[in-house]
Amino acid sequence: MNKDEKRVYPYIPNSVPEVQEEMLRAIGVESLEELYALIPKELMFQRELRLPDPLLDECSLDRHMQGLLEKNKSTREFLSFLGGGCWPHYVPAICDAISQRSEFLTAYAGEPYEDHGRFQALFEYASMIAELVEMDVVSVPTYDGSQAAATALRMATRITERDVVLVPKLLNPDRRSIIANYCDPEVEVLEVGFEPETGLLDLKDLSRKLSGRVAAIYFENPGYLGTIETRAREIANLAHRAGALCVVGVDPISLGVLAPPPRYGADIVCGELQPLGVHMHFGGGRGGFVATPDEERFVAEYPLRLFGIAPTTDGAWGFGDVAWERTSFAQRENAKEFVGTMAALWGITAGVYLALLGPRGIRELGELIMYRAAYAAKRLGELPGIRCPRFDAPHFKEFVVDLNATGRTTREVLAELKDRGILGGIDLSGSFPKLGQALLVCVTEVHTKGDIDRLAAGLAEIVGGGGR
Amino acid sequence: MKGKLRRFHQARWDEPIIFQLSRPGERGLLVPEVEEGIRGEVGDVLSRIPPELRREDPPALPEMAQPRVYQHYLRLSQENLGRDLNVDVGQGTCTMKYNPPVNERFVSSPKLADLHPLQDEDTVQGILEIMHKLDLLLREISGMDRFTFQPGGGSHAIYTMACMVRAYFAEREEAERRDEIITTLFSHPSDAAAPRVKGYKVIMIYPDEEGFPDIEALKEAVSERTAALFITNPEDTGLFNPRVREFTEIVHQAGGLCCYDQANANGILGITRAKEAGFDMCFFNLHKTFASPHGCGGPGAGALGVTAELVPFLPVPLISCDEKTKRYFLDWDVPNTIGKVKDFYGVIPAVVRAYAWIMTLGAEGLREVAKVAVLNNNYLMREILRRVRGVRAPFHLERHRLEQVRYSWEELARDTGISTTDIQRRVADFGAHYWTSHEPWVVPEPMTLEPTESYSKEELDEYIAILEHIAREAYEDPETVKSAPHRSTVGKMADHSYFDDPRKWAMTWRAYLRKYTGYFQPRETGEGG
Repeated sequence: MNKDEKRVYPYIPNSVPEVQEEMLRAIGVESLEELYALIPKELMFQRELRLPDPLLDECSLDRHMQGLLEKNKSTREFLSFLGGGCWPHYVPAICDAISQRSEFLTAYAGEPYEDHGRFQALFEYASMIAELVEMDVVSVPTYDGSQAAATALRMATRITERDVVLVPKLLNPDRRSIIANYCDPEVEVLEVGFEPETGLLDLKDLSRKLSGRVAAIYFENPGYLGTIETRAREIANLAHRAGALCVVGVDPISLGVLAPPPRYGADIVCGELQPLGVHMHFGGGRGGFVATPDEERFVAEYPLRLFGIAPTTDGAWGFGDVAWERTSFAQRENAKEFVGTMAALWGITAGVYLALLGPRGIRELGELIMYRAAYAAKRLGELPGIRCPRFDAPHFKEFVVDLNATGRTTREVLAELKDRGILGGIDLSGSFPKLGQALLVCVTEVHTKGDIDRLAAGLAEIVGGGGR
Repeated sequence: MKGKLRRFHQARWDEPIIFQLSRPGERGLLVPEVEEGIRGEVGDVLSRIPPELRREDPPALPEMAQPRVYQHYLRLSQENLGRDLNVDVGQGTCTMKYNPPVNERFVSSPKLADLHPLQDEDTVQGILEIMHKLDLLLREISGMDRFTFQPGGGSHAIYTMACMVRAYFAEREEAERRDEIITTLFSHPSDAAAPRVKGYKVIMIYPDEEGFPDIEALKEAVSERTAALFITNPEDTGLFNPRVREFTEIVHQAGGLCCYDQANANGILGITRAKEAGFDMCFFNLHKTFASPHGCGGPGAGALGVTAELVPFLPVPLISCDEKTKRYFLDWDVPNTIGKVKDFYGVIPAVVRAYAWIMTLGAEGLREVAKVAVLNNNYLMREILRRVRGVRAPFHLERHRLEQVRYSWEELARDTGISTTDIQRRVADFGAHYWTSHEPWVVPEPMTLEPTESYSKEELDEYIAILEHIAREAYEDPETVKSAPHRSTVGKMADHSYFDDPRKWAMTWRAYLRKYTGYFQPRETGEGG
């Protein structure tokens, strides 16, 4: 390129100087700068931005980006048992094919006609989640499972006109922080303790804390540490007796084998969509959902978008926003919370995933995960000094490995596993000091028996047991 | 007419609801089998779940073979226009620009897609470097001192700013007293809604006669109760508030903070910055200005930047670089952190795309983006006002706008009875998208167009031709507009009660089956229409 020649950019059709001149003439100005007349001189940025030299051609950009990505070693290059809310599940090829379709990927807030497909796909996603959780109303996705929990709890405070919510002490610390932020300063968040042996909710502590101010008890099934809350019905009953709602957070992939929460008394169900066909993306692939009965007192409190079905003049299925007037788009400062760009694409993807899996698939997948996780827990529990699972309760997908009696720290054990090409799990010693040296291990359909045996053998070498 | 009208017809598959496609026994995906050794070893694990917690009956998901699932969703995708296929200038305030496919190559790489957020830092140096470097780029673009990428979109970033404001004043023991946030009518609705979640009272500044936020109203609104100003500039009218520096000074003098919603930043990249206008915080929508695709409504990302004074309040972790070892790390050392607002570290794919987009444009390229976005917008406005009947651009007829314009069809509606929502449906017949505008409609019968830098002059002419044609129809053949769409995916939904009447609405297929049989035939349970 000649030094004086104006640069033309591939992403910018009208960067061609002749076109710019023609358009300026049409507008009736001499230069592009004139169009900025409203910006006062003292606010005009006086120099060029100091940015790195651009990688103008795609070839160079690709090389630069691939070079950076090459510095990552992904879970594919290890044997990884990391979970803790971002789980390694198999993503079917069709989930990627659909979520990468330009028509879905690049659309936005589309209208019911030209972007009909998005409405139908999201209505169907909601309908399939509705079958999993047995609720008649399911929201368009929010940011993530933690935001879904936070919103569900604030909905509960409005429905009950109360201002305290209860959450379990054994909760993902990030989720605890997100809920606390979302409740402060109007809603108080209190923690309910757990039984040290089972990890289940301490019902005595719950009863003590269920005052007339409590809007809801939130608990998860399975819990953050993989335990299945076996006394869910009792918890719901206690809540209802105190005039509070029962809000249950689920892992949707468990609902082929675990009961839908309304069967044990849940009033609101929420959860994370990532297991349903969304890649982990360093924790960046996430979406949350909220589900309730089809009753006005619930529907009116949703801040999120809800898509409904309606007839068209030509007898087709039409779709649109239900009760639009309740949203912050319509109500601004009088709205209940807010809505905006959240995670619609992952709702569509979760729908594709559930349609592929079908009723038998979701059942078999749930069973597979339970069997493999149980096998892993058993194998690890046989090693000297290791107590596994740490909690005496049924588990789904995850469990805690107690290393306290091995004389080794979690950090040491993880480092030595990593030397063997294994990411052994999440170190809980910082987030749950009461558990001492403990590890959260996640086992899903991507882990074969051979993988689990390899983890057990590696751990055996480290803690000094022969294993098998 | 200059632009050529397309003889368009969108795909109209008359596609059933997915549950109607279900055929018992079909499978879309098989699941690995439990290895024999495992069953023998652990016994019947399902029996350990108490009966009440067990699900014996499978959920009523559709049963479909794989090609049928794929076909269904491909058809639905064809019934979705998306940005890439149309002249998507009709969604003002949302910056529907080109989303380069090369960026999808980066985010779908297993080196990113299969990264777990809790891997050791030494195994994720590449992504931490990208995050840190995007922080550095955005610092220069805004003049702020540090960015977080945790917010999952613009509204979430507004909410996070409100969290930051609250934490800042809590640290100074002023949180109780400073309980008001001031915003403007032409800022995004979430600037008013999200601070309410943090317990703030919201004071709304209305536009003055020229369309700028009324500075006298601001002077009256500020007090010792003012916590912060939340404002967009340029506002959704496309008018840059030239007195913005006075606005921030007035709020600062009252002891409040100034928070800048930069959703409308596309026309000012490299032209003017948050810092020089006196803001303490600002955020960019990576899915708008920085070319990450909108995904039918997310995932997006709100990159939130703050001045040094507010860095100690940012969400954790930040991404830092050890200057000696050149090692990147998650930095949890943020003394007054608000904690977390989102799981892990934010929408990482959007961060990667934004970084790649800035890197291929550079400083000069970003200015070109801004200038062409403004050029396109002023060309579009000039031609629309010249050629399209019944439309005007309220406020400041003689002045140039930045990247968008809020127009009014008031005259056309008065003359013909055709409303902006009628036009919206008719635009679909020409293969384009049209959005009315955020509420409240203080500009009557509004339309907000934002052409961005991504469309050619010919494409802008095509969009103008569509509007010109529909406006003429409104005067000559209004019934065609009123009964639209005619060449889109489905016919008109004429009865809005299906969306507003609790007896009639159905938000899931199971609710539909409970309320209706066949095609919207109410069941005889007293429910339904």
